[in-house]
Amino acid sequence: MSILLLVLFLPLVGSLSLLFFNRENIKAIKGYSLVISIITFVISLFLIPNFNSANPGFQLVFDHSWIPSLDAGFRIGIDGMSFLLVLLSTFITPIAILSSYDSIHKKEKEYYFMLLLLQFGMIGVFVSLDLFLFYIFWELILIPMYFIIGIWGRKNRIYATVKFFLFTVVGSLFMLVAIVWLGYHVGGILKAQGIGHGFTSNFLVLKEYASKIDLDTSRWLFLAFALSFCIKVPLFPLHTWLPDAHTEAPTPGSVILAAVLLKMGTYGLIRFNIELFPNASIEYAGVISTLAVIGIIYGALVAMVQTDIKRLVAYSSVSHLGFVVLGIFSMTAEGMQGAIIQMVSHGLSTGMLFLCVGVLYERRHTREISEYGGIAKVMPIFTVFFAIAMFASVGLPGLNGFVGEYLTLIGAFMSPVLHSFAYSIFAASGVIFAAVYLLWMFQRVMYGTNDNVANHNLKDLTKNEYFMLIPLVIFIVWIGVYPKTFMSFSENSSRALVNKVMKAEIYKMPTLEKK
Amino acid sequence: MYELVKFIPFLPLLGFLILGLFGSKIKNEKLIGTIATSTVGISFIIAVSIFMSMLNHTPEKPVIVNLFTWIEAGNFKINLAYQVDQLSILFTMIITGIGSLIHIFSIGYMHGDKSFFRFFAYLNLFIFMMLNLVLGANFLVTFLGWEGVGLASYLLIGFWYDKKFPGYRITWTGDAANKAFIMNRIGDLGLLLAMFLIYLNFGTLDYQLIKETLVASSGTLAGGGLITAIALLIFLGCTGKSAQIPLSGWLPDAMAGPTPVSSLIHAATMVTAGIFLISRNSVIFALSPTALSVVAAIGAATALLAASIGLVQNDIKKVLAYSTVSQLGFMFTALGVGAFGAGVFHVMTHAFFKGLLFLGAGSVIHGMHHEQNIKKMGGLKKYMPITYFTFLIGTLAISGIPPFSGFFSKDEILWKAYSDGNIVLWGTLALAALFTAFYMFRMFYLTFLGKERFDHHHVHPHESPATMTFPLIVLAIASALGGFLGVPHALGMGVIPNVFEHWLDPVFEDAIKIIGRGEGGAVHTSEYLLMIFSTVVAIGSILLAKKFYSNSNWTTPKRLVKNFSFSYKILDHKWYLDNLYYIGFVNPIFDASQKLLWKFFDVKIIDGIVNGSAQLTNNIGEQTRKIQSGVVQNYALLMLVGIVFIIAFMVFK
Repeated sequence: MSILLLVLFLPLVGSLSLLFFNRENIKAIKGYSLVISIITFVISLFLIPNFNSANPGFQLVFDHSWIPSLDAGFRIGIDGMSFLLVLLSTFITPIAILSSYDSIHKKEKEYYFMLLLLQFGMIGVFVSLDLFLFYIFWELILIPMYFIIGIWGRKNRIYATVKFFLFTVVGSLFMLVAIVWLGYHVGGILKAQGIGHGFTSNFLVLKEYASKIDLDTSRWLFLAFALSFCIKVPLFPLHTWLPDAHTEAPTPGSVILAAVLLKMGTYGLIRFNIELFPNASIEYAGVISTLAVIGIIYGALVAMVQTDIKRLVAYSSVSHLGFVVLGIFSMTAEGMQGAIIQMVSHGLSTGMLFLCVGVLYERRHTREISEYGGIAKVMPIFTVFFAIAMFASVGLPGLNGFVGEYLTLIGAFMSPVLHSFAYSIFAASGVIFAAVYLLWMFQRVMYGTNDNVANHNLKDLTKNEYFMLIPLVIFIVWIGVYPKTFMSFSENSSRALVNKVMKAEIYKMPTLEKK
Repeated sequence: MYELVKFIPFLPLLGFLILGLFGSKIKNEKLIGTIATSTVGISFIIAVSIFMSMLNHTPEKPVIVNLFTWIEAGNFKINLAYQVDQLSILFTMIITGIGSLIHIFSIGYMHGDKSFFRFFAYLNLFIFMMLNLVLGANFLVTFLGWEGVGLASYLLIGFWYDKKFPGYRITWTGDAANKAFIMNRIGDLGLLLAMFLIYLNFGTLDYQLIKETLVASSGTLAGGGLITAIALLIFLGCTGKSAQIPLSGWLPDAMAGPTPVSSLIHAATMVTAGIFLISRNSVIFALSPTALSVVAAIGAATALLAASIGLVQNDIKKVLAYSTVSQLGFMFTALGVGAFGAGVFHVMTHAFFKGLLFLGAGSVIHGMHHEQNIKKMGGLKKYMPITYFTFLIGTLAISGIPPFSGFFSKDEILWKAYSDGNIVLWGTLALAALFTAFYMFRMFYLTFLGKERFDHHHVHPHESPATMTFPLIVLAIASALGGFLGVPHALGMGVIPNVFEHWLDPVFEDAIKIIGRGEGGAVHTSEYLLMIFSTVVAIGSILLAKKFYSNSNWTTPKRLVKNFSFSYKILDHKWYLDNLYYIGFVNPIFDASQKLLWKFFDVKIIDGIVNGSAQLTNNIGEQTRKIQSGVVQNYALLMLVGIVFIIAFMVFK
């Protein structure tokens, strides 16, 4: 049996089996979920020896027919682009479960069911090699996330969760239309050759034909996919659902949202937009990169003026994800690799920031910066962890954030499709603002004197909190010092994709110039 | 031998890790101090032995020691590699040598602090990062150190995070730490962009490769826009780290940190990183006369501006801070006129005497129970004889009195500025030097001589323990004699060679060749005259300071403040630079972000559209719902209307 199948289905099995638990036995429910997620993670580590980094194509492919008339199959597999994201999902879930121990105090059975279901969906999104299957996973995620925010969230959770749902659904509808059109179009070509029944959602087939679609049509398809993914990223100006979702979600919800769910958007851009529509991608690279750069600065500036810590971190995501998008659309191997490592880095450091905010929230039940001050005095060890997460986000060299930011910037600088240094120059100014909003927040929360009586007796980290923070620190430093361990997985896939795109450009150059 | 270089940064890193992870368990201050100091001390010994072997056998080219591949993507590949050459080994010796002394000093100074281990962990982290900065074989390793020392500086400025610190828009020490980090980041943007331009055009970030490429194609690149842009962007980074205009404001506020930190980081080592970086890339700067002029002009302007502010400061550390900014300005001017050797020489002598002065100030603050206002001191000579004597040597050295070290290095710079033919540069620096001698002795008189102005009931001044006086004595000896390493040609008469610049010749020879200005001719007359002139000026301003401040009523200075109240106000407000930044940049950006971007664009426009369309859907639903009234007649009527419409449509189509 394929390891990948095991990694994918174990969370589902776990979540379904939770339904047979007695809802009163909270301890067993918690323990079981944690064990399932840890086993999933351990099994996912066995993907590493089974994954050949030298091969840029899909590996560990499993293909089972499902709806033959539509040629929709249960097709899964991984390549360099998705490999790290699968590992990120399996790594973050146990940590999110650990943090749930402290933050979830009602309907535990339903909660852990939802959380494991969410993990099933996340992994599914990253391993699907069939657009039909992909779409199912993509939409599946909405359900647990909708409930996690809506049931276990804070005061304004209903507004936030509906907003989250609507934004995402609007985007996916356009994607669905594009998938259907694409399926019929390629299916038609195949049928003319005497293969199939006029429809296919097989990604491996689609990617051979989609890049040959004429530019006018592929523009529309590109936009339909891009809208869906850019909402998820979220790319400016489609970002306003994120701060609300983050602020209202419980800590583990925010962690998963930031660490993995946002990456589904950037992953989608790489996997589908760039790979299926290289010409349109090149044509729209300027527009999307401009939005990315605006997002970098805009997110940072708005983060600066927030009074709510969680909202501040949420806006910082808008800024950081801008680097990822910029790297992707630089269409260079450097930028692409930077984008991939930045996705992982952002997952780790922003996930950790949300955990740290959660640590404070569990003790004080407020997210207002002004309620804090001088916390370093009562929580010295927490201070160290919070500072590491902060400097990782600031992009300090030696920690993870720097590698991705630097490579995406260098990619944008030497990009053959973005014909201006302006992208990099403006994006690079984001490094200043990142320092401003994070350091300023840290100063107001952690430093100064501990004047607020409510903060006088805060306990330092619990054992539980240690266990969820230490693994993150290890990887934050590891990626910062020796990113090669991680980047070598995607090296060849990135190169291959960039080469494909740039070849497409040469091929289509006349059309572009005619315009 | 050269392979050993990797241990130089590794040992302080080890110290940092040991103290950082287990320091809270070690209750013994002596043990903590020993761990921290010995790691740096051993690094110093290694550095000296590498230096020795270089003396015996000078390598033809810089030796590159590779550790591992750090970042690799596409065609971009950066190694974590160290470069051993005359320049890097010199800086390494300064950093680890003075670093060890300041570690020893800190054992006494930080005695009894509740976070003793944390302090030493940070100091070791700083040394590690600073060594990466100077030893790095490419821009990115230097940048790692560059940002790393920024981090260490941030952590140490805000070390006493619950202490208030007065300043413009600054309440806590943490605010000062933020200011330092953020102003540095503005400079870092320049450095980042410079790196991108270099990589894009030369395909590498290795110093040695860049240098070779540039030397080979110097004809085509010289004076071009590309090279000027790169040089100016690098220089922007330097203005941040080395506190030059326009990014100079953070250094005086960095005095919020413990005094040994001010000595090590904000005087002797980190702030000279800018001079190092320009020296390391001397060829880039040599190729751009425009950039060199900018460096010289900014350096001289900063030297004078900071010196003028130093005239009116009353905080012992602030006086030293402004003098550091000013002295750094001297160094940049030297680089700007192509006198790279002289600039680096001043880095070294300045590290001696300014390290000494700050430690002396630390000793005074320690003995005065954390009083820093020199107007509340006086007559400390009899209580703290060693501090007094060593401080005097430091003050003489910075004032440029022969034969103390500052005289040689400063006069070298003045002479190079003069012989460059730029009389304005020279005049600016000479005036700054005049100010320096004055405010340094003003501080000296107010602190150690005259009437005792402190409250005898609460303050009992005392000499510091041996851990603190020992480093003072060592640095005093270095400050007194260090100048003889770099005796100017005019004074050496061919008998005493300028050992220092000779040592650095291989590093700068390409740059000097490009600038095309060798060592001046044999005519030394004007150089002698200048030396005599500046010595007379320095002695004059010392006498003036004595006249002003030895009488305890300070009648003359008080009268001057009254008569020139306008100028005094400008100086007292540091030329209003901080105010300008806030009014010009910080406030508008903050207000725009809050009112325009967040509250208006996000909330009103984007969410307005989203919520509006939701509202619209709702309303449509509300209205159409009314049609579903359940009254059959209405449905029949609607059907009829519909049929009429369809027929009409078919007929008139």
